[in-house]
Amino acid sequence: MSDALLDIRALNAWYGESHVLHGVDLHIREGETVTLLGRNGAGKTTTLRAIMGILRRREGTIRLRGQDLLAMPLHKVAQAGLGYVPEERGIFASLSVEENLTLPPKVAEGGMSIEEIYRLFPNLHERRHSQGTKLSGGEQQMLAIARVLRTGARVILLDEPTEGLAPVIVQRIGDVLVALKKRGLTILLVEQNFRFARKVADRFYLMEDGRMVNSFPAQELDAHMEELTSVLGV
Amino acid sequence: MSTIFGIPAPALYGQILIGLINGSFYALLSLGLAVIFGLLRVINFAHGAQYMLGAFAAYGLLNYAGIGYWPSLVLAPLIVGAVAIIIERTMLSRLYGLDPLYGLLLTFGLALIFEGVFRYWFGTSGKPYAPPPQLTGAFNLGFMFLPIYRGWVVVASLVICLGTWLLIEKTRLGAYLRAATENATLVQAFGVNVPRLLTLTYGLGAALAALAGVLAAPIYQVSPLMGTNLIIIVFAVVVVGGMGSILGAIVTGYVLGILEGLTKVFYPEASSIVIFVVMALVLLVRPAGLFGREA
Repeated sequence: MSDALLDIRALNAWYGESHVLHGVDLHIREGETVTLLGRNGAGKTTTLRAIMGILRRREGTIRLRGQDLLAMPLHKVAQAGLGYVPEERGIFASLSVEENLTLPPKVAEGGMSIEEIYRLFPNLHERRHSQGTKLSGGEQQMLAIARVLRTGARVILLDEPTEGLAPVIVQRIGDVLVALKKRGLTILLVEQNFRFARKVADRFYLMEDGRMVNSFPAQELDAHMEELTSVLGV
Repeated sequence: MSTIFGIPAPALYGQILIGLINGSFYALLSLGLAVIFGLLRVINFAHGAQYMLGAFAAYGLLNYAGIGYWPSLVLAPLIVGAVAIIIERTMLSRLYGLDPLYGLLLTFGLALIFEGVFRYWFGTSGKPYAPPPQLTGAFNLGFMFLPIYRGWVVVASLVICLGTWLLIEKTRLGAYLRAATENATLVQAFGVNVPRLLTLTYGLGAALAALAGVLAAPIYQVSPLMGTNLIIIVFAVVVVGGMGSILGAIVTGYVLGILEGLTKVFYPEASSIVIFVVMALVLLVRPAGLFGREA
């Protein structure tokens, strides 16, 4: 797939001596939402960390708009246009909500203004002077997403945004993702909850033991239900 | 003559003033140590040497270049900050990610080298450094005489501490610094050049120590050992305040300085150990320090 915006080929990665990703291939076109499914420990979070360059020991190819990300120092990757919403949200306790929101530097024009973000997330506006970690889990997740929308990054990597959240909040996050999709953002979503993911995803990748085992478009999800059930163990 | 708790009032005020002066230096030095430790996780044993280098930079500027006190207040921190940046880039940065003991050993070794070199050049006897003419003389406060220079040191250190605190708590650069103290990798993944932030922070911490050294030059003599004598107390201050806590370092610096001064009045025999007794008690009751977050 040569028209891929984010093009990952034969990606191998290691935590210390332990080989954790084995030849991962992943291609995302501009404006697509792609969901990475797999059970705990399958390598989904590791894949995101390897793309961002947080995990440094890697081999293979990672290209964003043809630009090689593998050789870049960590802080250049965000500047190349990747926005990262980490697992556990990564909200800073020593920063206020607003400081958390404005922490990531702008990397491109076209990001949302603070006013737009506060319109999309009124709770954050109300609590903008609170300590970041005093927010509820759902609000922290909103903040973690809102934080990368300001930067103008066109590709967003989201690591399990629904984990541990109440159904009503999960629904709200789903609405936000649909809104982002409408703005033309490209999204790589890691999820265990495929019922949530099917509402936003265009395509699915299925991971097991650090390998990609399958990929298919969203319309074919029902046809793959049996495989999903066995790989995800649900 | 009036007395307070049986102590002549002027003696009491005099010791409180000395305590406040010492506390000013404790606060300035522990502030820099706390900033460096918070972000770099390096226990900067060279901090006393950087304080000494600041004083010698002022001494050298005056005696070899004819540059006086006021320009030295800016130039000496810049010179020492630049030296620190070179140290961080060429040596210290290679030790990040290793056990903190390595950073401690490196900076301890550097401190010994700097002190050894300056002892070789200048001997151990102190060199005099006169206060600027604008700050000589004394105010009569009615209840005591306040040497103007000492009053200036207290005011200057308060302003510097407040300014540093505002820089860290209220600016964007400070937000980067606080966030990187919590999770440097994530801050870098957002596109902030964290390695450069670490370099600047080490330079800033050393520059603060050098600024304290210039302020100290007219009060204590300029001597290669001036930092060694102070740094152990400053480490105790940092431990009492809570490792890495900025506000803790500042407040504890002044409070322990004054406490030491008062001890000299009421029980002089204990004055040189009172800070360490407080440290031991704090470690027993609140190991994270008075202002530290519980781990």
